[in-house]
Amino acid sequence: MKKFIAILLAVAMLVCFAACTDNDANNSASPSASPSASDESTATPAEGENEGDDTNEGGDVATVDKSELKVGFIFLHDENSTYDLNFINAARQACEDMGFDEAQFIFRTNVPEGQECYEAAADLADAGCSIVFADSFGHEDYMIAAAKEFPEVQFCHATGTRAHTEGLDNYHNAFASIYEGRYLAGIAAGMKLNEMIEAGEFTADEAKIGYVGAYTYAEVISGYTSFFLGARSVCPSVTMEVTFTGSWYDETAEKEAANKLISNGCKLISQHADSMGAPTACETAGVPNVSYNGSTISACPNTFIVSSRIDWAPYFEYMINCVLNGEEIAADWTGTLETGSVVLTEVNEAAAAEGTADAIAAAEEALIAGTTHVFDVSTFTVGGETLDSYMADVDTDASFTPDTEAISDGYFHESEYRSAPYFDLRIDGITLLDEAM
Amino acid sequence: MLMNKPNRVPLVHISKRGAIKWYAVLAVRIAAILLALIVCAVVTMALTGENPLSIYATMFKGAFGTSRKIWNLCQNLALLLCVSLAVTPAFKMKFWNIGAEGQVLIGGLATAACMICLADKLPNWLVIILMIVSSIVAGAIWGGIPALFKAKWNTNETLFTLMMNYVATQLVAYFVIVWEMPKGSGKIGIINQSTEFGWLPQIGDYKYLLNIIVVAVIVIAMYVYLNYTKHGYEISVVGESERTARYVGIKVERVIIRTMLLSGAVCGIAGLLLVGGTDHTITTTIAGGRGFTAVMVSWMAKFNPVVMILTSFLLVFLDRGASEISTVFGLNQSFSDILTGIILFFIIGSEFFISYKINFRSRSEREAEKEAAQNV
Repeated sequence: MKKFIAILLAVAMLVCFAACTDNDANNSASPSASPSASDESTATPAEGENEGDDTNEGGDVATVDKSELKVGFIFLHDENSTYDLNFINAARQACEDMGFDEAQFIFRTNVPEGQECYEAAADLADAGCSIVFADSFGHEDYMIAAAKEFPEVQFCHATGTRAHTEGLDNYHNAFASIYEGRYLAGIAAGMKLNEMIEAGEFTADEAKIGYVGAYTYAEVISGYTSFFLGARSVCPSVTMEVTFTGSWYDETAEKEAANKLISNGCKLISQHADSMGAPTACETAGVPNVSYNGSTISACPNTFIVSSRIDWAPYFEYMINCVLNGEEIAADWTGTLETGSVVLTEVNEAAAAEGTADAIAAAEEALIAGTTHVFDVSTFTVGGETLDSYMADVDTDASFTPDTEAISDGYFHESEYRSAPYFDLRIDGITLLDEAM
Repeated sequence: MLMNKPNRVPLVHISKRGAIKWYAVLAVRIAAILLALIVCAVVTMALTGENPLSIYATMFKGAFGTSRKIWNLCQNLALLLCVSLAVTPAFKMKFWNIGAEGQVLIGGLATAACMICLADKLPNWLVIILMIVSSIVAGAIWGGIPALFKAKWNTNETLFTLMMNYVATQLVAYFVIVWEMPKGSGKIGIINQSTEFGWLPQIGDYKYLLNIIVVAVIVIAMYVYLNYTKHGYEISVVGESERTARYVGIKVERVIIRTMLLSGAVCGIAGLLLVGGTDHTITTTIAGGRGFTAVMVSWMAKFNPVVMILTSFLLVFLDRGASEISTVFGLNQSFSDILTGIILFFIIGSEFFISYKINFRSRSEREAEKEAAQNV
């Protein structure tokens, strides 16, 4: 009898395989198909309804009816990660502001930086999404793979670096000049240190910031350096120690890293990693914390000072409007203070130094006016020397060839030659405790 | 009074069942799955307020909704099945190999090493052959080390294979940093994305067909190996009783090492298919827990390679269906884990009812007892 069942199952399995082969015979054109708008054979039954619209449109970018538009979002983690929560909130806000139905925005959370990302992107395209957005740096290769397969769908990717060199019409990068936001947050940190020095808690020489970073590449380096320069612009004696966790989200490691920095004598902590590990460690130890991605005031009412974050809603509205109007989305989009992409949360008066909000507002004006530059070469040295030239690796390639002169007019031009950061200088005054594992 | 105590029948007691009919077994299992689905529906309804039918429909759609989903299902099924087949000969021998995760990883690492280090240095076909050989050898070595220690010094294979997983994970973590792209980002990304160098060939337009065919061949080979060869027989004898095996002249040490080499080698092939065939990258989590899920697949199928097709199908179906539910109803990924947990609980629980039965004390027994107590 066992044998009978076994044979039955084997047959069932074969039928299953046969079924998918049959289905795919209708479908198989999709990977290899030419990217012509008339290529209707690529449609799966599920997207049949939308196909009618697409056929009527000519040209490269088809416009889509607003009530039929679907946007897919791929998130590395879920709401528990401050980074992803920031994206999720922005997507919800864009959905509401633009008057979309919630069902038109499809969220995929906890998508790892691997083949799963490609599967999720392809799945969203199958579900009829006109735009697929992914939020993590490591999603990029998989988004490109999906973009090649679905020429009629727009793929947008935050923090990536390859869109401007890849030459795909339907693959786009976006980021914001968050280094400006971090610089402003750094001013709040510097003022807090000044206040503590004046109160006699420690001497000016002991003013040291601790910073918990995730990885050792440009995005993180640019972030902690701009934060440090902001702090040093108001507290000249400050130094900084940076430690790396080697993960975007590792609550235990981030908490331990913050505790290590605190026991090393750091008087204030900031972080570029996505869990609540560092902020809660600060709250427990009573050490002031400058956060990232959003306010942590509810968990840390006594130590949270301010947080810089990228508001992604302007970009989401931009990319959706582009598709609705049949316009091309920029290959590489940089949000700024002016576009409302780089924002700071409310200052927590209970923890921040007096006058912090005003000082931030003044510095923000100067940044917008262009009278202050975050990476002004007169404010930092590398190996004891002031730089007047630096070739940055803007066009990503396997051997990291420096290709673009980034310093001119007396400052390092960050996020101008592409949206994702490329400032990777190791400036004096910052000590790296360990390189990420 | 005291004399009566030992004779007292407890309210509930458990006894071993004798052999039961195949249809009874089937009925218990189907009942378990139905019960599991009902509990899942109740839990989902309580949390989302959706009607249970739409929940099942969603689950089904998640697994079979589009041809891509069906292919995906088959691909995941094939990989899980491959790892399950790998651990089976060892289990049949009562060698508890829970190191499949590490053996898959190390096979994948060997594949990735060939793809990265030999790119543009050797012709593509030669690199693919080297990938195949090195992944099989790497997996076999990873499985062979604990077997050697077990055979020579009788070390505990459960702990040994488990710890080899961590060694493999750390090795992969190390090489991810060596090969990371761009520097400092802690990830490799798609290897040779533009040249597709060292990628296993795609059959026609079907991205996953090669993997499925390879695994189908392994299923048949493993079935024949376990049931119709001398090696397969030796494995069963060693599994039943090592002493008997020695008595009839089987070299137990040799069987243990040989079987684990095979087990590791098949895991190595799973790593090859993952890295060279579909994902084209290597991460510490690329095996995705399949090494452990495979233990369950193999056990639930009672080590029968053909039945394993069904058990791995069931697990993959549940996994994909549950994750669709959490997407559609806007729930956290943990919710799909809860659903999978409920279903597995029932399925594993049903095995208990197949082997044992629960006896309740009947009324007549109870009354007889009361009487006895009064009489004393």
